[in-house]
Amino acid sequence: MPGAEFGADVRSHDSTGVIDLHGEINLGADQALGAAYERAVQDDPSTVVLNFADVDYINSTGIALIVGLLARARKEHRTVRAFGLSEHYRQIFAITRLSDFMGIYADEDSAVTATVST
Amino acid sequence: MTTIPSNLRRVLRREPRVRPSTEPVAAPPERVEAPPVEIAPNDPLVAYFSGATGAVDIGALQLDSPALEGLREAGIKLVVPLVSQGELIGLLNLGPRRSEQEYSADDRKLLNDLAGHAAPAVRVAQLVREQEAEVRQRERIEQELRVAQLIQQQFLPEELPNLSGWEFAAFYGPAREVGGDFYDFIKLPEGQLGIVVGDVTDKGVPAALVMATTHSILRAEAPRLIAPSEVLTRVNNLLVDEMPAHMFVTCLYAVLNPETGQLRYANAGHNVPYVSTEGGVTELRATGMPLGLLPEMEYEEKEATLAPGDTVLLHSDGLAEAHNTRREMFGFPRVASLTGEASDGEVLIDRLLKELQDFVGPDVEQEDDITLVTLGRRAAGGPPAEAPGGAERQLAAFEVASEPGNERMAIDQVAEAVAGLGLDGPRLERLKTAVGEATMNAIEHGNGNRPELPVAVSVVADDTDVTVRITDQGGERALPEVETPDLEAKLAGLQTPRGWGLFLIQNMVDRLETTVDQHHHTIELTMHLKEAPDARS
Repeated sequence: MPGAEFGADVRSHDSTGVIDLHGEINLGADQALGAAYERAVQDDPSTVVLNFADVDYINSTGIALIVGLLARARKEHRTVRAFGLSEHYRQIFAITRLSDFMGIYADEDSAVTATVST
Repeated sequence: MTTIPSNLRRVLRREPRVRPSTEPVAAPPERVEAPPVEIAPNDPLVAYFSGATGAVDIGALQLDSPALEGLREAGIKLVVPLVSQGELIGLLNLGPRRSEQEYSADDRKLLNDLAGHAAPAVRVAQLVREQEAEVRQRERIEQELRVAQLIQQQFLPEELPNLSGWEFAAFYGPAREVGGDFYDFIKLPEGQLGIVVGDVTDKGVPAALVMATTHSILRAEAPRLIAPSEVLTRVNNLLVDEMPAHMFVTCLYAVLNPETGQLRYANAGHNVPYVSTEGGVTELRATGMPLGLLPEMEYEEKEATLAPGDTVLLHSDGLAEAHNTRREMFGFPRVASLTGEASDGEVLIDRLLKELQDFVGPDVEQEDDITLVTLGRRAAGGPPAEAPGGAERQLAAFEVASEPGNERMAIDQVAEAVAGLGLDGPRLERLKTAVGEATMNAIEHGNGNRPELPVAVSVVADDTDVTVRITDQGGERALPEVETPDLEAKLAGLQTPRGWGLFLIQNMVDRLETTVDQHHHTIELTMHLKEAPDARS
């Protein structure tokens, strides 16, 4: 049974690249997530923010995609932050320790204006 | 017989020093020590020295004694026995005088006086050393006992099986000097249950380690092979190469089909189980050699059908072979007779232990581990199960085709099935994630993404837990060990970003178990309906 297809929109907020994620982050999200990141860093922002507010499912392959994105950003010396995660996925980000390397924020403004990752 | 203390022998073993020829004449006189001389405890010289009243001139002594020859060859001229309270505790050995004159009467008197004073002091020193050695030995044994107990406890089941229509009871009583008893219940495919009782010869840490090895092999092989005779054959072949000398394992292995009451069993030299039936006590006899003795052994497999009201007793020899102060044995006939008198397993175990206590007496230390396991088929119309979780009921059973993405279908159906159980939001989300990951695993790794191979999902619950079983056609594929992914290595590009599935599953549910047979592989996810008070927040 197909779930909500993955999609991603990219915009800029105070010189920060924001990626609005939609649907399910699973194997099918690979290409689109990669392309969205490319667009988000086109203007070479120092920070990329991932908006998970419209994401309803992330499986282990999706976690792997996020790890891959984070690895690439770190290699390019960019900071990655996130907001809009449900309590369940906040817990998963904590268990997987993704939140040790990616600041998790309650909303977009906090994520964009944060100076120190929490 | 008087013996020469070991510390004296050590003195005698010192190598002589040889003065170099270039040494200046004015150098101080060098101590010359005798080469080692072994004195056997039964050498007549020992008895002679024990009775001597002072210094003994070795040259003049007439005795047929190898030690005497040894002393002479070592250049010993005079020996002063050190005797304390009539016991020879040491020797003062002297070579020739440096003046090359004979030992004078004054010399001998001086040496005898010295020996008279030295002997008690040497004896005290010896006693202190012996006591210290005893304390160290005692501490080592106590430590070993603690280690053996820890190993043993690690492998005992934490809970009894909860099967509708069946009652289980178990007792494990370790002796102070822990033996190698063990018992286990192993979940098998199609609702069957493996029941093991075993006993490793020997005691302490070696027995506990062999027990742990046997336990692990049984756990790995039983779900794969099922047939008790095949399981014991396999375990035996794997154990033979690993077994320390003079050790072996007796083991009774039975497989229960709870639906039919059929009990298949094989026995590797363990005590014969007794069955209390309406018609009296029967025995479950099957022949087979203990495990770990000889390779390629075959084990007879028998079968019995347990009727409602029947109770089986599996027991280790710590019970039947216990002795009282008159060295009489508790005995197998008594165990059989008591089995026939009890109304159920718990009552039977209590009765056996009380009778044993009365038999051996109050102050007799338990000789060997005692392990008792009972399984009873509840009588028709009897009371319902009183197990902690109550009776298990099925909430859903369905299949999904092995196509990527179908895990969402499994998640949704499981969520629907458990809707009335009162799982709170976070627990439901965790269960859904675990079901999704386990189903993905079954689709991709178990069934190789082949749509014609279904993944079967069943959801059952009792009063305390909900359990989801996800079965693929992967057969003997063993689930790899769950490891914590190394995120730093993944972020540094040193490892693939993937590899989160099993880790996530394990962290989502309260219990993760897997079973395999030749054709199927089942992952079982259990979630408590209520969060334990001390569980994660």
